Amino acid sequence: MKVLSFILQKEFRQIFRDKTILAMMFAVPTFQLIILPLAANFEVKNVNVAFVDYDRSTYSQELLNKIASSGYFRIVGNTISYTDALEMIEKNEADIILEIPNGFERNLVREGSQKVNMAVDAINGTKSAIGGGYLMAVLADFNSSLDVNIKSPKSSTIATAPRIDVTYSVWYNPLEEYKYYMVPGILVLLLTLIGGFITALNIVREKEIGTIEQINVSPIKKWQFILGKLIPFWIVGIIVFTIGLTVMYVVYGIFPKGSIPVLYLFAGIYLIALLGFGLLISTFSNSQLQAMFVAFFFMMVFMLMSGFFTSVDSMPAWARQISNLTPVTHFITVVRLIVLKGSGFAQVKMEFLYLVIFALLLNGAAIFNYRKTS
Amino acid sequence: MKQLFSFIRKEFYHVFRDKRTLLILFGLPVVQIVLFGFALSSEVKNIGITVFDNAHDNNSEQIINKIKASPYFLFKAPVKNYADIEEQFKEGSIKCALIFPVNFAQELARSGRAQVQIIADGADPNTATILVNYLTAIIADYQQQLNPTARLNYQIIPEVRQLYNEEQNGSLNFIPGVIALIFMIVCTALTSVSIVKEKELGTMEILLVSPFKPIMVLIAKAVPYLILSIINFIIILLLSVFLLHVQIRGSLPLLFAESILFIITCLSLGLLISNVTNSQQTAMLISMMGMMLPTLLFTGFMFPLENMPKIFQFISYIVPSRYYYIIIKAVMLKGLDFSYVWKETLILTGMSLFLLTVALKNFKTRLQ
Repeated sequence: MKVLSFILQKEFRQIFRDKTILAMMFAVPTFQLIILPLAANFEVKNVNVAFVDYDRSTYSQELLNKIASSGYFRIVGNTISYTDALEMIEKNEADIILEIPNGFERNLVREGSQKVNMAVDAINGTKSAIGGGYLMAVLADFNSSLDVNIKSPKSSTIATAPRIDVTYSVWYNPLEEYKYYMVPGILVLLLTLIGGFITALNIVREKEIGTIEQINVSPIKKWQFILGKLIPFWIVGIIVFTIGLTVMYVVYGIFPKGSIPVLYLFAGIYLIALLGFGLLISTFSNSQLQAMFVAFFFMMVFMLMSGFFTSVDSMPAWARQISNLTPVTHFITVVRLIVLKGSGFAQVKMEFLYLVIFALLLNGAAIFNYRKTS
Repeated sequence: MKQLFSFIRKEFYHVFRDKRTLLILFGLPVVQIVLFGFALSSEVKNIGITVFDNAHDNNSEQIINKIKASPYFLFKAPVKNYADIEEQFKEGSIKCALIFPVNFAQELARSGRAQVQIIADGADPNTATILVNYLTAIIADYQQQLNPTARLNYQIIPEVRQLYNEEQNGSLNFIPGVIALIFMIVCTALTSVSIVKEKELGTMEILLVSPFKPIMVLIAKAVPYLILSIINFIIILLLSVFLLHVQIRGSLPLLFAESILFIITCLSLGLLISNVTNSQQTAMLISMMGMMLPTLLFTGFMFPLENMPKIFQFISYIVPSRYYYIIIKAVMLKGLDFSYVWKETLILTGMSLFLLTVALKNFKTRLQ
């Protein structure tokens, strides 16, 4: 016990001595947590529609007004030809072309139906799916209002056709604001970067400077050494997490709906797993450069696979397996569930189990892999 | 000239000796392309859904079967009461729920109107919107099926075409972005250590006392990475075409020319970092940690630039990868020619020249 307290004392001194590391650990994440959510807004608004009207009739104008007033669209040109509109898509000035053919109104009134062409720039999947969906909805709405407007002898059939009205409500984020989704995710990401990188660099640094040999010849045991490295960074991580939660509340007004102790319990276990991972990397590498590269590589994979950007559900089965094998995935899920939905411990106990297993495995491997002889 | 060649040869030895860095140079892009291409996509599918069916009649069963058959949804066991829906949301096992009222079929038959309610998990707003769209479409389809003869007397039928992406490949958007990201990080990081390494090892002194000009040193440092990056680009293109089935629509020579231009921009940036720093670690920190975030944020492939605050949009104009992303998207995915991207090309050329000049200016011929 006494040995351990001496090691701890040494580690803390090293941390507090280096002002750049201190700044990197506390100031950078706070700053990033304030800045990043401003940029990470995936809301689809102002979809640019190039309205190509070859008909120039009352109905086509009505349709144009309806689209313009729906709030989702910005009409970026309507006196043009299809070629011009395509040019606008090529230049990224328009997202959707709606082409009203010649004879639109005449055919609509005489034959009861008329096709219009809709061309969507489909490179950006989300934008095309949502923008296209909105436009279809506006068209459907326009269709039902047409029946009322055009007097027709056979209009009685429509009243008898059964109709299912769909109402919907959006829970947990009724205004559909992106900050609720991104801020908890970014918090996890920052904690991951701090925990993963700084510990990965730590032991390697002792190797580079040569001080590890002094520790190796001392009677310090392997577990004492690893624990001595773990505890200080664990405390740092918890402090960063606390700062993060405060920023989340003060700047973005998001207060966890669920229990805060449960949140900390998860953060604690997650940090242990993560620090174990950083230590494991450092036992494998010989220079800080290598450690950094390897940590960078894994962080990248973790980040992309964790469901932070894109939903894990939509991944192919093999990718979901990989995603399941990264601790970040489970922690992001848990933080989002607890903060946004107020889930209790019972509802997320599986994730807890996962994190505990990660913590045990990674730290076990780090202790096993750390050699006192070189 | 001969001097330059032997110097370049020396640099190649350095690069090939360091197997781990080589692995990063070629391994990282491959892994990223595969991950982005296969695992990440903007598509929404396999989403957990549950049903709270108060009606248990023919109509509700038929709608449920339709949902079960849809590839977009993963049907979870139906719930028995309202509270269970919330429980499942809290477990994170579903992202939407469909509620049928009692007497759904009777209402539909008698008054011709019935209601269903969708509850979507708004934590992820875009997914919620897309899910509601899917479900509404399924129900509308069912309605049509119920009564095939009844249709609106007047209707506009949209015929939708997906430009540039007929097969709706959800990862298409990411591929040019990843290419830009890889060059920006890998090229910059690798060159940024190259000169500073000589400073650290002390071999810089030998270089300085030799009759070699600073510009030659910079060129010799950059050439190996330029060649390796071009090979890298070829690998990435091959992977995109044969593994991810991305169609290259534009002219290949133009694509190569633009990519080489962008690689040169990144290399110049790396050289500049290398000249102004004194340790490998600082150089790495700046080029990886420092560049990573702005590149990811301001390239425009991941986070939509148009939603950002004005100040961020302004910053994005100085990030080179932003222009390269526009160019490569236009040339590779849309098949446009040079006349559409000359402005971006000009900006990148200007940036390269500027960075190279500053790097050369900062090349210190004296030891401190």
